Amino acid sequence: MQWVNAIIQGLLTGGLYALFACGLSLMFGVMKVVNLAHGDLATVAGYIGVGIIAISHMPVLWSIPVVVLLMAVLGYVMQRSILQAAITRGELTTLIVTFGLSIIIENGLQQFFKADSRGLGVGDSFITASFSIGSQITIAWFNLAVFVLAVVVLLGLQQFMSATRYGRLIRAVADDREAAQLSGADYRHVFGIAAAIAFGTVAIAGMCDGMITTISPTIGTDTILLFAFASVVIGGLGSLWGTLLGGVILGVAQAIGGQINPSWEQLAGYAVFLVVLVVRPEGLTSKGATA
Amino acid sequence: MSNRAENGAPLLEVRDLVVHHGQLRALSGISLTVCPGEVYALIGANGAGKSTLLRTIAGLHHPTSGSVTYDGKDVTGLRPEKRASAGIVMVPEGRRLFPSLSLEENLKVGASYARKGPWDISRVYELFPWMKERRTQKTAQMSGGEQQSVAIGRALVANPRMLLLDELSLGLAPVIVQRIYAMLPQVLSSGITVLLVEQDVSQALRVATRLQCLLEGRTMLEGTPAEVTREQVEAAYFGVTDGSHA
Amino acid sequence: MKVTRSRRNVLWSGIGALVVLVVLFAFPYYVGPGTTGIMVQGLIVLTLASMWNLLAGYAGLVSVGQQAFFGLGAYFVLIPAMHGVTPWAGLFIAAIAAGVCALPLWWLVARLRLGYFAIATWVLAEVVMLVIEQISSVGGGTGMPLPGLSGMDAAVLTAYTYWAALIVAVLAIGGVYLLLRSKVGLVLTAIRDDERAARSSGVRVGLARMGVFVAAAAGCGAAGGVLAIEQLQVVPGTSGGVFSIQWTAEMAFAVIIGGIGTIEGPILGTIVFMALQQTLQSYNAWYLIVLGIVAVVIALFARRGLWGTLDERFNLRLFPVGYYLWSPTERRGRRRATTSV
Repeated sequence: MQWVNAIIQGLLTGGLYALFACGLSLMFGVMKVVNLAHGDLATVAGYIGVGIIAISHMPVLWSIPVVVLLMAVLGYVMQRSILQAAITRGELTTLIVTFGLSIIIENGLQQFFKADSRGLGVGDSFITASFSIGSQITIAWFNLAVFVLAVVVLLGLQQFMSATRYGRLIRAVADDREAAQLSGADYRHVFGIAAAIAFGTVAIAGMCDGMITTISPTIGTDTILLFAFASVVIGGLGSLWGTLLGGVILGVAQAIGGQINPSWEQLAGYAVFLVVLVVRPEGLTSKGATA
Repeated sequence: MSNRAENGAPLLEVRDLVVHHGQLRALSGISLTVCPGEVYALIGANGAGKSTLLRTIAGLHHPTSGSVTYDGKDVTGLRPEKRASAGIVMVPEGRRLFPSLSLEENLKVGASYARKGPWDISRVYELFPWMKERRTQKTAQMSGGEQQSVAIGRALVANPRMLLLDELSLGLAPVIVQRIYAMLPQVLSSGITVLLVEQDVSQALRVATRLQCLLEGRTMLEGTPAEVTREQVEAAYFGVTDGSHA
Repeated sequence: MKVTRSRRNVLWSGIGALVVLVVLFAFPYYVGPGTTGIMVQGLIVLTLASMWNLLAGYAGLVSVGQQAFFGLGAYFVLIPAMHGVTPWAGLFIAAIAAGVCALPLWWLVARLRLGYFAIATWVLAEVVMLVIEQISSVGGGTGMPLPGLSGMDAAVLTAYTYWAALIVAVLAIGGVYLLLRSKVGLVLTAIRDDERAARSSGVRVGLARMGVFVAAAAGCGAAGGVLAIEQLQVVPGTSGGVFSIQWTAEMAFAVIIGGIGTIEGPILGTIVFMALQQTLQSYNAWYLIVLGIVAVVIALFARRGLWGTLDERFNLRLFPVGYYLWSPTERRGRRRATTSV
């Protein structure tokens, strides 16, 4: 029953992918920004976690909220400064700036951490502890926990967006920036809040990832960014739960591919992505454009 | 803001406003004053610059030269959201409701940075009774007239002192337009001053206390509905000159 | 009214370019192989930068996946070499084959909006790499040495490599120059100025963009072929391999720093890039960090890049691709009458 185990594993990983992806999707939707440095932010969060634990020796799980808070603040500051400046200068500039940031972050991390990978070490026993359903199916507690955490975060995000004042403002600014201004909202501040959320969620994901596997300077772009984007595309742009679905489909596709041939794991996921891109690219294309 | 605009001192003063859209000159030296309690109407053909003027007053355009003074203070450089929370609230052309928000959520956004005052969401529901039952509906499915009412409601809950109405009648049947304008007295009685842009000249003449007619960014005519004759308005509107105006 | 291609006498800049070219060609005769090797690197980046500039500066396509064609080009030199075709001829094959490969990839991403287009090209590059790594006959994930050049004298090989790189770069820049002076260039300018107006006047926007995408792929492919020859091996992989994002970073930063949207920009940018790389050589990846920071700063505060800013101040144009409009009363050589491309 290796297949079933693999698929379940893929499903649970999908939760992590969704967690990576929701910040990316938020920045698409609210600021119309494609943040090419998004994946690297997760890596940064992981390394901040490593640093904090090394300095303060606090338990890993306690370090998560600290890192998330730090990253959220960083997100607000970066949005109000660099990203806002890029946004007012146009899409091309924004892409260049986020791409530049991605390269700077990755190479910067490589300089300081010398391309070796670090784990966030919660202890092997915690990570690999698993339970069984029946005699054939084994599920690792930690993977399940991460999936549950992802769902909880997404639920929280949904509540925030629909029921709080800032959630409404974010949605309003995303709909019509000018009209929101006319209602008294400083859209730059609202953008900042959205960025803080995006950075915060990707930080959670980065920390979880650092606990499951190890973090290295280049995984930001090698996997995270592309997986996050693939999840958003597969699940459909603009929907939080769609992103979860997309992440799950991606994870399962990868699991199936990996079962057939270990080196086909990533390819299988991207294959699904490409199919969806061709068949159902809603929201990704310019309206009514034909070549 | 202090209530210095009592006793007939103007609430809003625009002086020699020049506004460009890129290289195109949209407004060439417009001036107007609006006193508290007035309904000041801007009329003129398409492209005359009326909406540009309103948007500049709201803060969405930067004038090339000239000034906008509100309640005695120069607000020419003030950001639009600051003007809104100071009491200059605009109902933009085309309604511009938030499509992914429900009716009530639209109103709540309007109330996010509201000043203290008599207007709140429940009072808007009194003004437009039909809204209460449909407050959780998305506004995209509503008729033009209903959307316009929501847009007005969204502006009212911010408790403006200076309400800017941009082309309320756009795309609406005359019956609906009249019904919407019927709420104007209630707005005025709560202490709000109105500056409106209107394509429908007769409608404007019916509600205005003073008016100004624009053509190609210039003032062609100014006065009260009682003073101006139909011929003068037509001449100013279409730019037919026989030398009899300034 | 007079319409001319350039203000000054193009003859002088033409002669100047010729002189520069002659000097460059003669390099291997009086310069050591170490320097020649550096020049080859620079010429590769120059080719790539010209292509990226064509895409982003003229066609409005920000591609973060050009490393796909760069890598493919290397493999399209490798594969023929494995079957006995000399790598020098392989360069042509690489360019054409990379261009052909661009067609299905274009089909996948053509409709995407700017930002999504960018990420999608990155995904495509990743996919291309993953697919190639599956093919063990070309070395799978570890790569393969390039056959066909052993037995050549080292100095001669270096010289030939250098000349190949130089020819590729010259053809690339020349190609871009001619393209922009042609009808396609006019179409691109029209799209850049006002896309909707261009479409409604019947301009084949999609076709023009596709053409540019294919041309850029061919150019990057040729550059990849040169790399294969220079390194005498082709290694995939994202760190240091032919499919590394570092190549895109280098070409993009060179263009942005040098001046996006001008032909001279990539040349200047490549020079800056090489200078930085050589001075920070011993500090590992620092040059890329510094380059990135400079590029971000320039993108925000001096959008037209180094050349663009100079162009604005001093009206410099080595490669005239626009038009100057002279009113009858304008004195020649005094002022630019209308902005050019």
